[in-house]
Amino acid sequence: MKFLNAGDSAMIIELGNEISPLINSKLKKITKYIDSLQDPYILDLLPTYRSVIVYFDPLNISFEDIKQMVIDNCDINYDTLENIKKEIVEIPVLYGGEYGPDIENIASHNKLTTDEVIKIHTSTIYLVYMLGFTPGFPYLGGMSKKIATPRLKEPRTKIPGGSVGIAGEQTGVYPIESPGGWQLMGRTPLKLFDSSKKDPFLLNAGEYVKFVPITSKEYLQIEKEVQNNKYKEKRYVE
Amino acid sequence: MWSDDMEVIKIIDPGPLTTVQDKGRYGYQRYGVSASGMMDVFAGEVANMLVSNSQDCAVLETTLKGPAIEFLQDCMFAITGGNSDLLLNDNKISLWESHVAHKGDILKMGVCKNGLRNYIAFHGGIAVKEVMGSFSTNLRAKIGGYDGRKLNAQDILEIKDTQDQAKKKKLDPKYIPDYPKELDIEVIFGQQNDCFTSKGIETFLKNTYLVTQESDRMGMRLSGEAIEHKNSADIISDGITFGAIQVPGNGQPIIMMADRQTTGGYTKIGNVTSVDLNKLAQATPGTKIRFVSVPMEKGVDELRKLKNIISDKSSYIEIENEDQAKESKKYKVRINGKEYEVEIAKAQ
Repeated sequence: MKFLNAGDSAMIIELGNEISPLINSKLKKITKYIDSLQDPYILDLLPTYRSVIVYFDPLNISFEDIKQMVIDNCDINYDTLENIKKEIVEIPVLYGGEYGPDIENIASHNKLTTDEVIKIHTSTIYLVYMLGFTPGFPYLGGMSKKIATPRLKEPRTKIPGGSVGIAGEQTGVYPIESPGGWQLMGRTPLKLFDSSKKDPFLLNAGEYVKFVPITSKEYLQIEKEVQNNKYKEKRYVE
Repeated sequence: MWSDDMEVIKIIDPGPLTTVQDKGRYGYQRYGVSASGMMDVFAGEVANMLVSNSQDCAVLETTLKGPAIEFLQDCMFAITGGNSDLLLNDNKISLWESHVAHKGDILKMGVCKNGLRNYIAFHGGIAVKEVMGSFSTNLRAKIGGYDGRKLNAQDILEIKDTQDQAKKKKLDPKYIPDYPKELDIEVIFGQQNDCFTSKGIETFLKNTYLVTQESDRMGMRLSGEAIEHKNSADIISDGITFGAIQVPGNGQPIIMMADRQTTGGYTKIGNVTSVDLNKLAQATPGTKIRFVSVPMEKGVDELRKLKNIISDKSSYIEIENEDQAKESKKYKVRINGKEYEVEIAKAQ
């Protein structure tokens, strides 16, 4: 664990230079600890693949204070994730059809049927390494190479919010309408980002995502519940 | 929704980029939401002080040229930052001091002759909807500020209604910054400077870098001697702080500013001190920059001193209120049958 400065008002707690679920789990632990302090002089936390940045007011709390608190209170001396509980968030997805216009591409590229593509995509859980790029966009890890598909040669100018797609060996969900070249396989009626809500974001770094296939009837039902603020996403610990 | 607020300001001409900003949107960078906020925190906070606002109040930040405004109600305001000509009903008024406008008055702002950004604070603060704890405009995510966008002509801004009477004042002239075309900028090392060769670090500290046209609220691209990396310019993505100096593969530094994206995959050679970010916020393309290495403690000390100047009452001089409406008055005088217009202003 390295404590580096980023100017006079931010600290970087760095754990490595690689993409690893173990590092992610430790960063999550540190982030949760600092969050729990509710210190008014700690202004923001930014966990990423390799580090967590702590923004603070240096006129009221020092670099050394924060460093010592983390050292004293964050036990990250473990080297396996066996005993670490996973927090899973279910994301319902209507695959194929109008909402997943590229699912045939993904299937034919990998010599699979579309049902097999859906089965593979929904049979793993994906780690949210970090969020970024656009508000609420999850960098997911763990997709099977069996459904890896290159990006579209001609990116679309508009991809609707909620679209689920594949780009190379990555899978992801577009929180808001944006341009992009991902192969679209379906859409979720859930909102990953809704600025009108008190908690505007569905996902947190360190959580896991499980995609669950739904029918168009279920999609419409959930969409309606989301609009009326009645939908509660399924979350559980494994 | 804003029953206590009054429609006070009508934008006649918005200028190239005028946005609502406050101290920034903190708490949501982990979700990919940029911090935003005032670029020149000193000028922005002094503007709030001049109209007796708390530092939670939102102000307008202009770029190169400020807006033309019609006041729909009486209002105290102050403008700070870049050196530009200010006209209230065609009477020249000063930067770095508070003024009172009356219903129907027109404010016009010229192009910045020195510096780049002006801050306009209104007594009470701009009343826009708070989004995720901040009034700041985030242009890319289209959230915050005035409908998540820059101001347009005909926009009407509301100001929070306050009952208290503020006194007119001006900043002690010794604290008014000049915005030179050559800057020494203090940098704190410590993040990824080990990704650069010692020759690379020397290049960075011994050469002059020019601010290029490709500079905005997100970042300032500089040009100069290429800075040498040890191996690759790319890293596994991590977070980006205000003032982080990224060096991509071409060796040309980019200083990340208020609207920076939250994460990125380029190595960072160092981070500008909080105090010197205010200078950079006012640096126009062509400004020459020399980087000076300082320890973190110096950055903190300077920040403490600057914050004291901003908040200390003795930094401000009260202005007598002999006429709240105008800085000068015009009279019609008849001499030998001819009519003359005479303008009388208080001697400075």
